Amino acid sequence: MAKITYIEHTGKEHVIEAPNGQTVMEAAVKHAVPGIDADCGGACACATCHVYVDPEWLAKTGEAGSMEQSMLDFANDVEDNSRLSCQIKVSDALDGLVVRLPKSQH
Amino acid sequence: MGEIKRVIIIGAGQAGGETAQRLRQAGFTGDITLIGEEPCPPYQRPPLSKAYLAGKVDMDRLLLRPANVYSEERIALLTSVKAVWIDRAGKKVRIEGGRELPYDALVLATGARPRKLPLVGADLEGVHLFRTAADIDAIRPRFVAGAKLIVIGAGYIGLEVAAVARQTGLDVTVIETAVRPLARVTSPEVAGFFLDEHTRQGVRFLLGGQPAVIKGKERVTGVGLADGGELPADIVVAGIGVTPETTLAQHCGLTIENGIVTDAQCRTSDPNIFAIGDCAARPMAHFDQRVCRLESVHNAVEGAKIVAGVLTGQSAHNVEAPWFWSDQYDLKLQIAGLFQGYDHVVFRGVMADRSFAAFYYKGEKLIAVDAVNRPGEYLGAKMLIQSGRTLPPDVITDETRPMKELVASAR
Repeated sequence: MAKITYIEHTGKEHVIEAPNGQTVMEAAVKHAVPGIDADCGGACACATCHVYVDPEWLAKTGEAGSMEQSMLDFANDVEDNSRLSCQIKVSDALDGLVVRLPKSQH
Repeated sequence: MGEIKRVIIIGAGQAGGETAQRLRQAGFTGDITLIGEEPCPPYQRPPLSKAYLAGKVDMDRLLLRPANVYSEERIALLTSVKAVWIDRAGKKVRIEGGRELPYDALVLATGARPRKLPLVGADLEGVHLFRTAADIDAIRPRFVAGAKLIVIGAGYIGLEVAAVARQTGLDVTVIETAVRPLARVTSPEVAGFFLDEHTRQGVRFLLGGQPAVIKGKERVTGVGLADGGELPADIVVAGIGVTPETTLAQHCGLTIENGIVTDAQCRTSDPNIFAIGDCAARPMAHFDQRVCRLESVHNAVEGAKIVAGVLTGQSAHNVEAPWFWSDQYDLKLQIAGLFQGYDHVVFRGVMADRSFAAFYYKGEKLIAVDAVNRPGEYLGAKMLIQSGRTLPPDVITDETRPMKELVASAR
């Protein structure tokens, strides 16, 4: 279980308790956090679950795989801390994770 | 349309579920009733022929939203309920049992029905259609190593089932009446790649095969062929396409032509009734405004976005180029655009590397991409198609230049 804070681009925060094994995307979608569309349901096929991982957490979330990186190349407003949230698995180690959402997912 | 206080959505699949959710997200405060024939809340269907069949994910993870969210958001979710009649003049929906529910706007998201095998024996135990979680739950007890599986139909679903089956250790034969797999959905070149891959994985193909009868007493024991041959089977899965579910729409006189016909705003021939998802056909911005019926997540979600926008008076939704995907073994196929009507295809990368993209052109215009383990090529081409830009074939295939750079240079 991990407590994850999602911050919309407007600054609005959503704090969610996510079970281990779920992805950071799934937890957001199941609680209707606006700004994460995740149309493909986590198949790494749509790039609409882009998030910015708080720099303090980058070491724990790890780096994007090559597939994910190729998708991110074409997402909007990509930064060094950009990830696709469907590729980040929730675990106890991520308790307290903070991610920010981009302005647009399209 | 007058003031909209009551929205009824018939069909609680992805299109229907997303409509309810997006109406609330868009600030709609009126009544929403979501009617579905299945016993569970809306869920994602694509994983059914992939991770769900493989037993890697359970139903909870497939749900679009947890069951409790519907009541929290004042969405009346009626499961295991069948709508039986639409009274257009009285703006009411009658459900099984006789109850009538009034609406100001009605959304038909009734989906599609899998085609049944038109063969004697199609009702035998062990012969399965592939559409709902219940269909897969019925297959799984005998979906075990060593069992003999015959898949009839080599479309994406048939091949995805074949892939999971091989990975689970089943003995797999695919019967396809056409001379190649994926004939309706991709080029001969890409189809050939998937045929080779499945063959290497141990799937037997009977192309141009004609199943004539399903054999067995209570349970299936085999498939008889038109040439007199017979193949033994413990399980038969039919993946021979779907028929749009238009019964209700037909009975109330809406215009139907391969699906319930709508305008670009998903409005049917009755201004108070919308139709979205697999059951509906609308003009496609990225396909010369031709009226198409697409069976895909993208189309389901897009219909939901459009209708939620129209019903809440928001600005027009920016339509995407159609996109699809299929997972088979370690191959991720990602598709954007519609390849129908292409006149030539070029390749970036080579098939032998199991990582390549096929770009489809109509004249100079890029109209579609099939990308295998090439997400960058997929997304890049999707952006081009969406914005109406193109790249010359000799440029798009130049692997010395990164896809991102090419896309940025396109006009």
